[in-house]
Amino acid sequence: MERGLLRMRRTVLLTTTGVLTLGTAAALGLPLGPGWALPALVWPATAAWGWFALGRNWRSWRYVERDDDLLISRGVLWRELTVVPYGRMQLVEVTSGPLERRYGLARLQLHTAAATTDAAIPGLLPAEAERLRDRLTELGEARSAGL
Amino acid sequence: MTSAPGPGPEPRHEGRPQPQPEPERRTPAEAPEDAGAGPQPGPLERERVAPAEGRRLHPVTPWRRAWAPIAAMVVFSAQDYQRTREWFEHLTLGWLLAAFAVVVPLAAAYGFLSWWATYYAVTDTELRIRTGLVFRRVAHLRLDRIQAVDVSRPLLARVVGVAKLKLDVVGTSAKDELAFLGEADAVALRAELLARAAGIAPEAAPRAGEAPERELLRVPPGMLTVGLLLMGTGWGFLLALLVGPLALWWFSGSLAAAVATGLPMAGAAWKSTVGRYLNEYDWKVAESPDGVRVDHGLLNREHATVPPGRVQSVRLREPLLWRRRGWVRVELAVAGGGAGETPTVLLPVAERAVAARVLARVLPGVDVAEAVRVAAGVPRRGRFAVPVWWRGYGHGVTASAFVTRHGRLTRVHELVPHAKVQSVRLTQGPWQRRLRLADVHVDHGANGSTAARLRDADEARDVVAAQADRSRTGRHAARPERWLT
Repeated sequence: MERGLLRMRRTVLLTTTGVLTLGTAAALGLPLGPGWALPALVWPATAAWGWFALGRNWRSWRYVERDDDLLISRGVLWRELTVVPYGRMQLVEVTSGPLERRYGLARLQLHTAAATTDAAIPGLLPAEAERLRDRLTELGEARSAGL
Repeated sequence: MTSAPGPGPEPRHEGRPQPQPEPERRTPAEAPEDAGAGPQPGPLERERVAPAEGRRLHPVTPWRRAWAPIAAMVVFSAQDYQRTREWFEHLTLGWLLAAFAVVVPLAAAYGFLSWWATYYAVTDTELRIRTGLVFRRVAHLRLDRIQAVDVSRPLLARVVGVAKLKLDVVGTSAKDELAFLGEADAVALRAELLARAAGIAPEAAPRAGEAPERELLRVPPGMLTVGLLLMGTGWGFLLALLVGPLALWWFSGSLAAAVATGLPMAGAAWKSTVGRYLNEYDWKVAESPDGVRVDHGLLNREHATVPPGRVQSVRLREPLLWRRRGWVRVELAVAGGGAGETPTVLLPVAERAVAARVLARVLPGVDVAEAVRVAAGVPRRGRFAVPVWWRGYGHGVTASAFVTRHGRLTRVHELVPHAKVQSVRLTQGPWQRRLRLADVHVDHGANGSTAARLRDADEARDVVAAQADRSRTGRHAARPERWLT
């Protein structure tokens, strides 16, 4: 997990809550008087908690390439551990949206025949994502097992 | 049939399955020799014709399509009843006739042209379906990936003598069904598709005919009736149907509102009682080299063939009142057919021992009795996480399957063969972490997953690690995709 992911998420958090604070303050304060604008402070509070929560969540991400499977673990309050055997991978996908590209990040997504498989690694360096993709594809071909 | 083969020394027997031409006809080793003996105009003719054109559906099909605009009009007027009535009051007979004179031929023309533009062709490896007047769509369904073949004959279609053929291949949509074919054509095509998918030599496949089948079980109507009467859902819907609209009428005084809520409820009640009885009447399960065959239905006859090794998971349901009798309902999950689709039912109701015997045929190596026995309960502290229902949860592992149990009123056992496990997940919420509990989810290829809930956290970690190993090695014992090769 690159530091850039945390920066990106925190920036998104701050901009959204900033806009929401101004919007709420304007919507309540302009017609009703400045005192009524105080509830808008709930957004900065959310931002403060989110800043901390994003940091914790970012630190919790781990992935391990083992001999026969890929292991992804994440989450602080809701922990999740996913194991995908290489032979089950149907498709390995590297995506990078405009915002992610701005921060020089890429996201790796694994697909198996089961749509419920939820295995993705966000916030990789593009080079690392591509290395991982090539390696996973190679391992998947070697151990291919189909449905 | 537009591409009937020309006159040749040996006309193909399209249509009825021949009554047992020779007993060893499905042996793949034998087939090429048999086909190589002399010129065979049938398959060659098809090869020449197939890629370009293919065959058309039964000519009765346009009539089905002609229904669509009329049905749309009916739905529209039902939705906006008030406006439609006003609108109709302004109409004179002349206008109505004019409208019909336009709408009906247009609908008929659309139906006819879309039938005209629809072709299907069977090649060595694929079934190709070409549809679409304006936007052309060609579906290539790979035969070695067939998950199930269904032939259904709705009541009206039975009267006319046609049938619908549907292939479940991973990623198919509702459009990829052949509706309608002549009944005999549908059966012959099913046989041919299965023969090709099984890996019989391409030249021999069109004449391979139906594989012989052996009946495993027939559900007697009495048992089905008693089983349905002992189920809670049907009674629940009936009770809701009686109480709901009556209460609404009593309190609001509006009859229209009562009827509006009552109708969908009546539909649901019908579906879970009489509709279910009609659908599950005369349930027959048979075994053949092409896999398990299921035939059922009183008015609408349905048929399904599930080739060997296609079952992704099995679900055994035991409603409360069935348990004393030891009855069980068995459902299969097969890849393809789309998410959230109703599962393929293998047995609507059967004694447990009988169900175990049938399942042993469908999933060789899976022992139901053992699976039920190994499903161990959860730690007592689970009651703080899921108050009443914690006692229903259970999990175990047999040599061949991952087993979970849940539910108290209706007890459900789910079995996923190790070879079908796609990925393993462990999840743990904050409250579960305090209780040192965790859930283990196992994803299988039929777009579903099953969860062993509320396991001890350390045990859950071991289960995840062990399951990843088991599902990796479990595949080695599996049979080939082309099951006769």
